Amino acid sequence: MNGLYQLAVVFGVLVVALTIAAGLIWLERRLLALWQDRYGPNRVGPFGLFQVLADMIKIFTKEDWTAPFADKATFILAPAIIVVTVLLSFAVVPFAPGIVVADLDIGLLFFLGMSSLGVYSVVLAGWSSDNKYSLLGGMRAAAQMLSYEVFMGLSLMGVVVLAGSFSLTAIVEAQRNLWFVVPQFLGFLLFMIAGIAETRRLPFDLPEAESELIAGYHAEYSGMKFGMFFVGEYLGIILISSMITVLFFGGWLGPVLPGIVWFLIKVFFFIAFFILLRAALPRPRFDQLMSWGWKVMLPLTLANVLVTGALVLAFA
Amino acid sequence: MPWMFYLAGAVAVAATIMTITRLNAIHALLYFVVSLLAAAVVFYTLGAPFIAALEVIIYAGAIMVLFIFVVMMLNVGERAVAMERSWLPGGIWVGPAVLAAVLFAQVVYLVMRGPGPEYPRTVVGPKQVGLALYGPYLMGVELASMLLLAGLVAAYHLGWRRQPEQESKETHFDERRTAVGRSAVRAGTDRPAGAP
Repeated sequence: MNGLYQLAVVFGVLVVALTIAAGLIWLERRLLALWQDRYGPNRVGPFGLFQVLADMIKIFTKEDWTAPFADKATFILAPAIIVVTVLLSFAVVPFAPGIVVADLDIGLLFFLGMSSLGVYSVVLAGWSSDNKYSLLGGMRAAAQMLSYEVFMGLSLMGVVVLAGSFSLTAIVEAQRNLWFVVPQFLGFLLFMIAGIAETRRLPFDLPEAESELIAGYHAEYSGMKFGMFFVGEYLGIILISSMITVLFFGGWLGPVLPGIVWFLIKVFFFIAFFILLRAALPRPRFDQLMSWGWKVMLPLTLANVLVTGALVLAFA
Repeated sequence: MPWMFYLAGAVAVAATIMTITRLNAIHALLYFVVSLLAAAVVFYTLGAPFIAALEVIIYAGAIMVLFIFVVMMLNVGERAVAMERSWLPGGIWVGPAVLAAVLFAQVVYLVMRGPGPEYPRTVVGPKQVGLALYGPYLMGVELASMLLLAGLVAAYHLGWRRQPEQESKETHFDERRTAVGRSAVRAGTDRPAGAP
């Protein structure tokens, strides 16, 4: 019985995550349209919801072309890595009490490890395409994600110090009285910015900046292989929103409504915020991005860890 | 779960052999990443989840990305693969392999003769690792941090470019404009004859 329940949780998480990722294609276009004063896709089905189906039929029936000059094995491996690493990260996210695939003691470290392995997808895609724009995109992605990963992990250490555990369930339980966003507001901001950079969303989408690099690392991809990068990006948004919810906004905790509903409400709020950022902010220059990361964000993160540690020691 | 330990160990050995024998540098590095991930599983099965996570985050996720980043920019192609092939002619590996096999047989014999390996039952959590590092091994941590700082300073020194003399001096606007103009002319003469 227990094994069956575990299987049900695994498939439930997979199906829900992938469905939301597909639904985000529609949600993002509708929300962008709303903020830019136009309609967006509203013709297919109620509110244009079936646009998702139309897009999926289109992407499945497209020619799946592998460039003859590409490094074939790596070219095929690259889009798989991003989806696999992001989906594996979902294994440690506690959606509600009891609804978690693997409640690891080192859940937070597992998430960080998977997100650092996700870099390979973009780097290998850029290299294996054997195309100078792709290579430039891959190089930018490697530099950007490595730099922002450094303080992504450090920005969460304040939360770990306060909760006294790397287990995500324990971190949520520690927020019964006060969400960690209050004592760790700086940590929240830093993690949010690092999260946007890790998912390569606007304004940090320089690896695929279409105005200079065509489509960057996935310029040579088509059909479902391109679709995998797309799904991986949307899954990444859901994952980062879930992590913000779990780490700083009390996860499933909330009055009246059941836990899973609170969780989804909070996650969708942050997804919408991600899309709003895309609608509102311009892209920085690449050197600005790098110096911002190393000269502003990293010292702030270190100061945050130092002050949090000192305060916890003083009041413990 | 000793079988998981042995399985991960076998993967690590196989991936490392593939790392050494691949001709394409990027493929070799990818096998090396697999080898590091297998090493992480080995640590996990031995009851050190914290070290396993660090192995993935730091070695597989950061250091190897830097390696691939550098090799990527070297643009290894057919030529580099052919060169590697010429460096590894058939038969040259037979001698070292036979000698290493003798040593390997000795190791296997010694391991089989001694008492079976103790399989740890305790799990060392992140807290114990931290207490050990900042307790009895504090000196080691401090020395490592000094070494890293020295490396950082050295890297900064090597990467630092001295400003050319004329740029550090204040120049008048007109002079700068003529300088730009001259370099533009020079760039024009670089073009091959017949280019549009």
